Amino acid sequence: MNAREHGPAERGRRREAATGAGGTGGGHDVHTDPAAVAEFTELAEHEHLGVSPVGAAAGYRAGRTLPLRVELARQLGRRRTQLLLGFLVLLPFLLVLAFELGSDSASQRSGGFVDLATSSAPNFVVFVLFVSGNFLLPMIVALFFGDTVASEASWSSLKYLLAIPVPRLRLLRQKALASALLSLFALVLLPAVALVVGLVWYGTGQLVSPSGEALPFGDGLVAVLLAVGYLAVHLCWVAGVALFLSVLTDAPLGAVGGAVLISILSQILDQITALEDLRDYLPTHYAFAWSDLLSSEADWGDMTRGAFSALAFALVFTLLAARRFTTKDITS
Amino acid sequence: MVLAVVAGAVVWSSSGSAAPPVTTRDATVDVLDGPARDQRVQLSTRLYLPENTPAPAVLLAHGFGGSRDTVAEQARELAQRGFVVLTYSARGFGLSTGKIALNAPDYEVYDAQKLLDYLARQPEVITDGPDDPRVGVTGASYGGALALMLAGTDKRVDAIAPVITYNDLSQALLPNAATTGQTARTPAAGAFSGDGVFKRSWAGLLFSAGAGPRGAGAPGGGAANPGATQQPTQPPTDQPSDQPTQPPSEQPTGASGDQGGQPPAGDATGGPVSCGNFTDEICRAYVEVATTGRASQQTMDLLHSVSPVSVAEHITAPTLLVQGEQDTLFGLDQADATARQISQAGGTVKVIWYPGGHDADSPGPDLRATIGDWLATHLGLPRTSTLDTAAVTTAGFEYSIQGPLRTQRAPTVRTVAAPTYPGLGTESPGTQRQSLALAGNPQPVLRPPGGSPTSISAIPGLGTQTATSSQLANRLALDMPGQTAQFTTEPVTEQILVAGAPTVRLRISSPAGQQGADEAVLFAKLYDVAADGSRTLPGSAVAPLRVTGLPADGSPVEVTVTLPGIVRPVAAGHRLQLVVTTTDLAYATPVQPATHVVALAGDQGLALPVVPGRTVTADSLPTGALWGIGVVLAVCLVLGLVSLVRRRHPEDVAEDLTGVPLVIDGLTKSYPGGLTAVRDLSFRVERGQVLGLLGPNGAGKTTTLRMLMGLVRPTEGSIRVFGHQVSPGAPVLSRIGSFVEGAGFLPHLSGAANLRLYWAATGRPEEQAHFDEALEIAGLGSAVYRKVRTYSQGMRQRLAIAQAMLGLPDLLVLDEPANGLDPPQIHQMRAVLRRYAATGRTVLVSSHLLAEVEQTCSHVVVMHRGQLVAAGPVGEIVADGGEVSFRVDDAETAARVLRELPGVTKVTVAGPDQVHAELDAVPRATAVASLVRADVAVEQVSPRRRLEDVFLELVGEGAAR
Repeated sequence: MNAREHGPAERGRRREAATGAGGTGGGHDVHTDPAAVAEFTELAEHEHLGVSPVGAAAGYRAGRTLPLRVELARQLGRRRTQLLLGFLVLLPFLLVLAFELGSDSASQRSGGFVDLATSSAPNFVVFVLFVSGNFLLPMIVALFFGDTVASEASWSSLKYLLAIPVPRLRLLRQKALASALLSLFALVLLPAVALVVGLVWYGTGQLVSPSGEALPFGDGLVAVLLAVGYLAVHLCWVAGVALFLSVLTDAPLGAVGGAVLISILSQILDQITALEDLRDYLPTHYAFAWSDLLSSEADWGDMTRGAFSALAFALVFTLLAARRFTTKDITS
Repeated sequence: MVLAVVAGAVVWSSSGSAAPPVTTRDATVDVLDGPARDQRVQLSTRLYLPENTPAPAVLLAHGFGGSRDTVAEQARELAQRGFVVLTYSARGFGLSTGKIALNAPDYEVYDAQKLLDYLARQPEVITDGPDDPRVGVTGASYGGALALMLAGTDKRVDAIAPVITYNDLSQALLPNAATTGQTARTPAAGAFSGDGVFKRSWAGLLFSAGAGPRGAGAPGGGAANPGATQQPTQPPTDQPSDQPTQPPSEQPTGASGDQGGQPPAGDATGGPVSCGNFTDEICRAYVEVATTGRASQQTMDLLHSVSPVSVAEHITAPTLLVQGEQDTLFGLDQADATARQISQAGGTVKVIWYPGGHDADSPGPDLRATIGDWLATHLGLPRTSTLDTAAVTTAGFEYSIQGPLRTQRAPTVRTVAAPTYPGLGTESPGTQRQSLALAGNPQPVLRPPGGSPTSISAIPGLGTQTATSSQLANRLALDMPGQTAQFTTEPVTEQILVAGAPTVRLRISSPAGQQGADEAVLFAKLYDVAADGSRTLPGSAVAPLRVTGLPADGSPVEVTVTLPGIVRPVAAGHRLQLVVTTTDLAYATPVQPATHVVALAGDQGLALPVVPGRTVTADSLPTGALWGIGVVLAVCLVLGLVSLVRRRHPEDVAEDLTGVPLVIDGLTKSYPGGLTAVRDLSFRVERGQVLGLLGPNGAGKTTTLRMLMGLVRPTEGSIRVFGHQVSPGAPVLSRIGSFVEGAGFLPHLSGAANLRLYWAATGRPEEQAHFDEALEIAGLGSAVYRKVRTYSQGMRQRLAIAQAMLGLPDLLVLDEPANGLDPPQIHQMRAVLRRYAATGRTVLVSSHLLAEVEQTCSHVVVMHRGQLVAAGPVGEIVADGGEVSFRVDDAETAARVLRELPGVTKVTVAGPDQVHAELDAVPRATAVASLVRADVAVEQVSPRRRLEDVFLELVGEGAAR
């Protein structure tokens, strides 16, 4: 029996050495020291953990599984997260660069949009929020929420998390919380960098609203802060949809792209004025309601409606996601 | 006097699903008018009746070049909110006969009085007395002037809302913005000096709108009239029908597109062909002004008599003046003058400036609602507008600021409301004015012979086609070098919101000795200059000035110039630039060459009107949405509580099984498609066993393991691990270490980091994990610090097995662990598993290879097509040393020989060359020797394996063997 075995073993070893030389390297040091096996079994012999009253291994508590810091560490280590955050830091600089390069042909500018943006730091922040409001911000949220479960499924690591076991609702909650923290961080990072960049390049001027109303620098900062707060609430709907798609599919790209696509579709439908009041029910209809804040007397009406619409969408889709995830067979 | 005949049919109409039904009734009203009341005209009217009558009435007059049909949509809107609305074509327009007398008291105004009589006779109209309908009058431009004229003539009018109209035609068409006297204290007061400069392009456009052939005089014909072809079928939101900008451009199309197909009516034959539909008097006056550029006293008197200024002091009806900020025809100064005149006589006036006008948009839906509210309040109907309810109905002042940014589709607009229109009444403090110093030396300006080339401020009549982008219109402005004097301010430090007509004092002189230069015609405009030098001319407006009596010795005349009324936020860092030119495209400039010197007078600089007020917002929070937010949050709270409670459901424990690592009972998993992956599977695993789950691919092994891990829900049956029922998230799963169907690692992390993060995710104490020992077992060496994405299949496999062993689980579940490992590694792993089980733990291994199971496991469960085939100790099932197979040349003889051997039982002939026998204690060598002695050639002796037979049969390879 042994003799039968040795032939192929030799061949396998030679094959491994050949592939190792071919590029991967280190293949030949992949082996287990027999002493280690002895050590391990020795250890297993002597260590027998107790069992908790609920039948779990000693030390296990469902409420302690997948702590937030662990999930954040898992996500922050990803190149995708780092690239995105890096891009958000870079974007204000790119815009400043674009303005500086484009300033030669002053009269050719597209109206007051750019003039306003470069008039003061708060205005620059508002400009950055305006240009990123349609696509970038929903995309960020969709990325963090849509990718969170689907990527685990695509790596096959989801089943091992669930086998720990992390209770399914807890897994969804911890992942959603981590995504929310990352989204919030990104959402604050962009205007914060824009503010610093704006302060350096454009100074502490007045905030001039799109309707031409001027607010002092301090009030302008408060308005921008509130605007970021509103955006955080409003983007909840994207979070809900993306989370739902994330548990629906094993393809992270599908979940993220699906959520972004829905956002774009909603924006397109919102352009069709013939839909009239029906447009109020579109999730993106109140996406820019925060611009009402840029006034000495803010109109909270649209923002209230926008917050309600966003929270309602978020609730519905989060519930759908939870229902789907808790009843789903994990086959990835 | 009036021979009213009801013609036409009653037309039921229903526009929109929710809108109340509106019916219409067409009628031709005959009026005898003129100074002697002997000229018969037929006025084509249409009455819009609301759902509920009787109701107050609104007389809705159309703009110049329009007809009753161009205001149809607005009429329908008003009727929907409850008014009886009378629209009509003024004399000379639409299907009405007669000639245009420009709102002359004896003609158009008298006609309108007769229409009030007509309204009083309609049973649907509420009356305040005999022949006195309760009626408001509104209209834009030409129609707005009629509203003012009628209210100043006929006391029966109860409220008016004239829109973008004039106070004095002589000042609108021949403005002069320079005065040596005082200017009024209101924000947009114009100088209104006499002997102005002819606004030839606008005047020409208006004249052509009334002079061309028209499709009138087609009794019983269709609704064809100018503008009808451009009527939107939807309720207008952007371009309502009374758009006064349109007449010049739409007149030709309207006429050529006349669906009536009738030749022009003969009633245009009275005067010269060039006069079109105008009365001779108007025609003569126009020809005079258009050819000479100056107006005689007679013409001035005529224009004065047909302008609201002649009757404004008699207006007592509450008046809402709506004026446009983008209006080079009737600027803010016109409404300003009307407001002053009415207020001086004791009338109630509210003024609204909106970001539109003859150069841009008509009032939008919100503003139309406000106009409706004004009429409703003063005529006794409920208001409907939700906007700024308090300020809608009382005297006051609102102006809208069009922002430079377009956030969505439309420019963002905000409205500022002030309690009063500044400067009205004697006790009013007057308009606040902010001074801004101008700098610039006296500059000579040249008017070239023939007045060409000309500077450009605006191109009248471009209308909404281009001017919807006021940015574009503002940037059309062009100044000719040599013709221009410039005076500039320093950059403003804070935003200044200019609301009204800035003023500036200038010194104008002619160089000594210049012949015939005792008067100067100049054009002043005020640019907003951005920090980068780009200039914007707010409102595209220019103030023409004619300064007469310039001394021949070159000494200057000092005048106050009222610049055009604008609403403009001048941003911090921007400058204002006063530009004085000698020519302007829109105006008739003298053809003689001339040179003048323009200088600033004194150091007051610009006086910019500022009207403080509060920004109008819809201050009501939507309570429905607030409640909605509350409900959403409440639902979240409730769900959170419910999930807390549900988590504490009692565990399903079988106490007698707590010592048994795994008991599977009647396990079935079927999918909706009808596929049954596992069927009624039952087996049991005891402590210390290495159990092999054997079966071909697709036998249901992996599905079983997934159910065991709580990943897949069984359709039926139960899995108990140490007595605890397995369900998703069951705590007992923490005693299982698993590796099922491939490794699952985060590719961007190293192997070591993956294991540490995995263990951290369990939340269990780190010292329980024994990372180092597990990593030793994986034997990856330094590769554990490389990213997992660089690993080979085998490396991942080993790392995954190490991960499963973290924390020394009581039940280790490995799915096809030998896949991807090379033979020595497999060999080593077998040892690890056996020794691991020897510590009192349990190992469950699935495989599709019999040899694998045979060499690794103590027990085996054979599955096929989801069902259990065999189960038991491997030694029992794999008969080792007991039953033996002999391959011989003569099976029959061999069988006989074997049967004769003592201790040998169960001898069977399996084929011509094969015999099976149970040797028991008999050594194989003895058996072989006996056969050889009996002359049987023995080719092969091998242990007979029932399991293999079964298995091969199952796998379908039995036949091949």
